[in-house]
Amino acid sequence: MALGILFDQNLCIGCGACEVGCQEEHGFKVHKADKLDENNFTYLEEINSITFQRHLCMHCFNPACASACPVSALKKTKEGAVIYNPAICLGCRYCIYACPFNIPKYEWKSQIPRVRKCDFCYSTKISKGLPPACASACPTGATLFGVREELLKTAHQRINKEPKKYVSEVFGEKEAGGTSVLFLRLNEVTKTNLVRNIPDFALPDLPQKILGKTPLVIVALGLFLGGMRFLTDRKNKIREEEQKKDEE
Amino acid sequence: MKSEPLIKITKIFFILLMIVFFFSLIKRYIFGLGAISNLSDDMPWGLWKGANLFGGVALAAGGFVVTAVVYIFNLKKYKVFVRPVVLTSFLGYLMVILALLIDDGRPWNIFMPLIFWNTKSVMWEVALCVASYTTVLFLEFLPLVWEKMGFKKALKFWSWLTPALVFVGVILSTLHQSSLGTLLVIVPQKIHPIWYSPILPILFFFSAVVVGLCATNIIAFIYSNKFPEEKISPLVQRLAKSTGVVFYVYFILKIIELYQRGFLKDIFVFDIASSLFVVEFFVLGLIPATALFFKKAVNSKKTLFGLNLALVCGIFLNRINVSVIAFQLKSNIDYFPHFLEIVVSFSIFAIAVYLFIVIAKILPVFSKETT
Ligand code: SF4
Ligand code: SF4
Repeated sequence: MALGILFDQNLCIGCGACEVGCQEEHGFKVHKADKLDENNFTYLEEINSITFQRHLCMHCFNPACASACPVSALKKTKEGAVIYNPAICLGCRYCIYACPFNIPKYEWKSQIPRVRKCDFCYSTKISKGLPPACASACPTGATLFGVREELLKTAHQRINKEPKKYVSEVFGEKEAGGTSVLFLRLNEVTKTNLVRNIPDFALPDLPQKILGKTPLVIVALGLFLGGMRFLTDRKNKIREEEQKKDEE
Repeated sequence: MKSEPLIKITKIFFILLMIVFFFSLIKRYIFGLGAISNLSDDMPWGLWKGANLFGGVALAAGGFVVTAVVYIFNLKKYKVFVRPVVLTSFLGYLMVILALLIDDGRPWNIFMPLIFWNTKSVMWEVALCVASYTTVLFLEFLPLVWEKMGFKKALKFWSWLTPALVFVGVILSTLHQSSLGTLLVIVPQKIHPIWYSPILPILFFFSAVVVGLCATNIIAFIYSNKFPEEKISPLVQRLAKSTGVVFYVYFILKIIELYQRGFLKDIFVFDIASSLFVVEFFVLGLIPATALFFKKAVNSKKTLFGLNLALVCGIFLNRINVSVIAFQLKSNIDYFPHFLEIVVSFSIFAIAVYLFIVIAKILPVFSKETT
């Protein structure tokens, strides 16, 4: 059962309780944040004085970050959270390079740096069947926690009820092949910090198609190299023999 | 001995460089990557990835190309070049690993891909191939040591082993030379369209072969300076022609690929992206590659050397363009490498050259006999 979060621009009053909840949960100094960084896994973007957009890891169905990671230090759990294990991470930062939403951040000033991003409160909440800190903190239900498919239904119901108000697509339904976190956006909002040019398929499919051909390449190349060596060997031998004959 | 002051200056420069290099390393391991680099969350990969990983692996393509020429295509006359070229590749890969030990945030975990396998990750494939191919290169390099020490039996065993090593080495190289291109395939929306291509792995492979052939040719130039009495010009001319042909394959593939995606018209608009592309692809690519087909150019050793060097630089620039600059241009990211970042990157190449010179003095790297 994949869980998720639905955030609704229409319901958010910009109180910042989600930010505080998250910061307390992860032991960060409580502060007003204006971007994601190593000490901040979610922030409220102020679009105008009454409209806000939350930013956090989308917990993709088929996460580019996890598929990129050579050692699976990032992985998707069955509950839907994409979590990180610093103990085996090399710090190659391919996850940061690959994430289509530009979510993971790095501890550039640390001796033992970690990749930092929202973990859906996995170890403390989700794995115990509890809602994540941000959703518990939200007073209006703008951040709603639940089963992802049901949240998607809720989202479409809200759009259908007020089609003029909402953007007709749910952000996260198709982006990057679908994500556990969903956003409902208002039509009047023209510009946000949300990354927009995201393909609507799972990005790991692209390298997967190529990697899938690896065994074939190995076999074909092996045959080619072996065959080449055999043929050129024979040609050399024949030539040598001919030379010998000529000399006789 | 007119060149002596020059050598002295080079030596002093090298020593100074090493001092700054070690100072940078100390700073980096105490204060983190941010202390000596301009890398950031927007620009997680920079000069070290572009020049030392992507560029470094391409520059080290000589080994698999020359061994394939000699042991797979059985062109035995090229055997005199095998040792020096394999040495350049071996050192090249050691330097790639050195660069990763600096660039990776947690270098003590660098062996983790051998234990934790994410077979879906292109980076994992690259890591595994680089690790195993460096081992293969080390084994291919060992006969030099055996010969120096006079271990006849080991040498004999190695001459039996070498074809198998070459076979494995060529397969591993083909895989990861192309996989470096596959690394970028996952971010179609983040790479400038002149460079992003679904066939990046194929382009990477052919351009790596070009570098490999050029590297062999450059080594041949050094060889002929050492042994002026040896007649190698027919060998070199044949190499030059093959280099030209392989470059044309690469060139045509890239042009067709650009045309199909509809970006062919963008390559001559001369903004930053297009200018960089014109330099790497035409000025340091098509032009020298075409010159390789002309007798006049190929007959002069110096011209030939220059043409090969130009091609190598072109493809080296290509690797930096694809992995770093194309990423930066697509999202308008403000990044220019930190001074110490440049020092570190350059030092790693300088160390490789230094080691090559030292090893060539101690071990029989260049020799007229072919064992
Ligand atoms: S949004 Fe980025 S960091 Fe989060 S799961 Fe998707 S790819 Fe990974
Ligand atoms: S930086 Fe760490 S988590 Fe990210 S891809 Fe590399 S090894 Fe995996």
